[in-house]
Amino acid sequence: MEPTQTFRARCVALPIENIDTDQIIPARYLKVTDKNGLGEALFTDWRSDPAFVLNRPEAQGAGVLVAGHNFGCGSSREHAPWALQGFGFKAVISTYFADIFKNNALKNGLLPIVVDPETLLQLTSLCEEDPTTTITVDLANQQIVINDSQTVGFPIDAFSKHCLLHGVDQLGYLQDQEAAISAYEGANPQRVNTSSL
Amino acid sequence: MPKTLFEKVWNAHIVQAADEESPATLYIDLHLVHEVTSPQAFTTLRERGLQVRRPDRTLATMDHSTPTTPRGADGIIPVTDPIAQKQLTQLVTNCAEFGIPLFQLGTINQGIVHVIGPEQGLTQPGMTVVCGDSHTSTHGAFGALAFGIGTSEVGHVLATQCLLQQKPKTCEIRVEGTLHPGVTAKDIILAIIAKIGVGGGTGYVLEYTGAAIRALSMEERMTVCNMSIEAGARAGMIAPDDTTFEWLKGRPHVPQGAVWDAAVAQWRTLPSDPGATYDLVVELNADDLAPMITYGTNPGMGIPVTGSTPAPADYSDLSQRSALDKALHYMGLEPNQPLLGHPIDVVFLGSCTNSRITDLRAAAQLIAGHKVAASVRMMVVPGSQRVKAQAEAEGLHEIFRAAGAEWREAGCSLCIAMNGDQLAPGQYAVSTSNRNFEGRQGKGGRTFLASPLTAVASAISGQVADVREML
Repeated sequence: MEPTQTFRARCVALPIENIDTDQIIPARYLKVTDKNGLGEALFTDWRSDPAFVLNRPEAQGAGVLVAGHNFGCGSSREHAPWALQGFGFKAVISTYFADIFKNNALKNGLLPIVVDPETLLQLTSLCEEDPTTTITVDLANQQIVINDSQTVGFPIDAFSKHCLLHGVDQLGYLQDQEAAISAYEGANPQRVNTSSL
Repeated sequence: MPKTLFEKVWNAHIVQAADEESPATLYIDLHLVHEVTSPQAFTTLRERGLQVRRPDRTLATMDHSTPTTPRGADGIIPVTDPIAQKQLTQLVTNCAEFGIPLFQLGTINQGIVHVIGPEQGLTQPGMTVVCGDSHTSTHGAFGALAFGIGTSEVGHVLATQCLLQQKPKTCEIRVEGTLHPGVTAKDIILAIIAKIGVGGGTGYVLEYTGAAIRALSMEERMTVCNMSIEAGARAGMIAPDDTTFEWLKGRPHVPQGAVWDAAVAQWRTLPSDPGATYDLVVELNADDLAPMITYGTNPGMGIPVTGSTPAPADYSDLSQRSALDKALHYMGLEPNQPLLGHPIDVVFLGSCTNSRITDLRAAAQLIAGHKVAASVRMMVVPGSQRVKAQAEAEGLHEIFRAAGAEWREAGCSLCIAMNGDQLAPGQYAVSTSNRNFEGRQGKGGRTFLASPLTAVASAISGQVADVREML
């Protein structure tokens, strides 16, 4: 994974709470065996409405999605962050993220940024009033800067931050624990053996 | 210090403890794999020249993108979608290359991943179970710690049999009392989600306790744990007891003789200790519950079947009001509208929530001697080939067919609508599945989630019905 650098991007607001992963990418697009082309299917059913925010010219090239509370609930499909990245998003800002979505996003370098309800409301209004609203995302300092003027901090666990900033691959990190894994297996009897089916 | 069931299972699987800089490394006893969320993980293994560390702790099946259309004269289930076929073929290739046992489409052990694990006796108390599927929470019914993971994590488990995990908080959901006739496990979980909301369980492992939970069969406990994720909780657990042990005994992967006795003795140490505390406690009384149905576009939008839709105007929170407004608009419903009597087009009995043999028995018993309304298409989709065979041995399929319902092959079917089974735009379904999100059962389709009993009662009357009037 590439290290996450500080970036500046335009925002687009989708002020709906409980946006589930079936909306982000419907199941009928999950028959793929790779990650290609999913960005085109992002929010595809909502995009069938010409007035939908992502269909507006100003949404093209946007890098940050500002979304309602509990974003990414539902299915475990990692196709959801893949589709958001495929469209061009590098971060999603909300007051709350569903657990599996957040995990999946972090493993792909898509930043789930949690802000307080007032900031979310303000950001949503700004985006709706002025589509050129930009945000600078500074992971190292755990802050966003709205329109180069207002700074808001955000939380992230230390391990995810380290992995993102340095491009550390979590699979490689786990592989480095080989000795501990073998020791665990040696000390704990195998519960079931699927190969004996 | 007294420990909860969750803490005991968690502690027993720590390979490397968490510290200030990194999460815990957790060992996984059983990894279930299916065709949809695994291909990119196998690609990662190939790119890095890695093997599957423990194929003997891994099992694959086909369920999501498989058709449930009846077999041809040759006994084969026809896959007509070339993209789905490619994905299924890819799973065959991946399992062969990496030595993973696979239950192929149409073979006797194949079925929905969360039906076959328990069915084979692979899901046992105290284990850690993961799968690239959010409804992995189902397996918590056995006192296992079971949760859904993404494809990156599928790759982690394939390569290392471990996951990096932040320790979740614990929430006790205590359900005392006794269910009234016509009220089921599905109604318990729909009532819980309606109470705490679709984000109410995020960050928690739920443990369901209380007399009403203890009284449930294993299948019913699986129904409850299955929908833990619909409250945002990755896992739900129920302490193992005699009901658990009796259900497991004699299944293919469960130990026998003295080893069984030792296993049961160990499993009896798993329930939460007296005095163990939870980060949050939620209480419900089963006596207060009615059959539940959802009216909206997430599983938290549930009401008693005799209730009416809420009115957006009654909500002061703007985003809640607009979410409700959007949901009612999508569903074609008005504020304060009763659901009883609302016409329906499709009834779906199936999914990892409600497709087990006891679900089919209860539904068959209720539908026997009745006819599905002429305006309704009813699909009955067993959760596995073994459930299907058992149901056929008991003649349940004949009861469903005589009533005018379709008897289909095992799979996820209309729950996920990526396999040919789907609603047409605008259609209404009463569905025993777990999600009523917009388009979940087909673009433009509208889903009322309910129990198998409510589904059958509604199929017969052609409209949303209260099963208690049939009892």
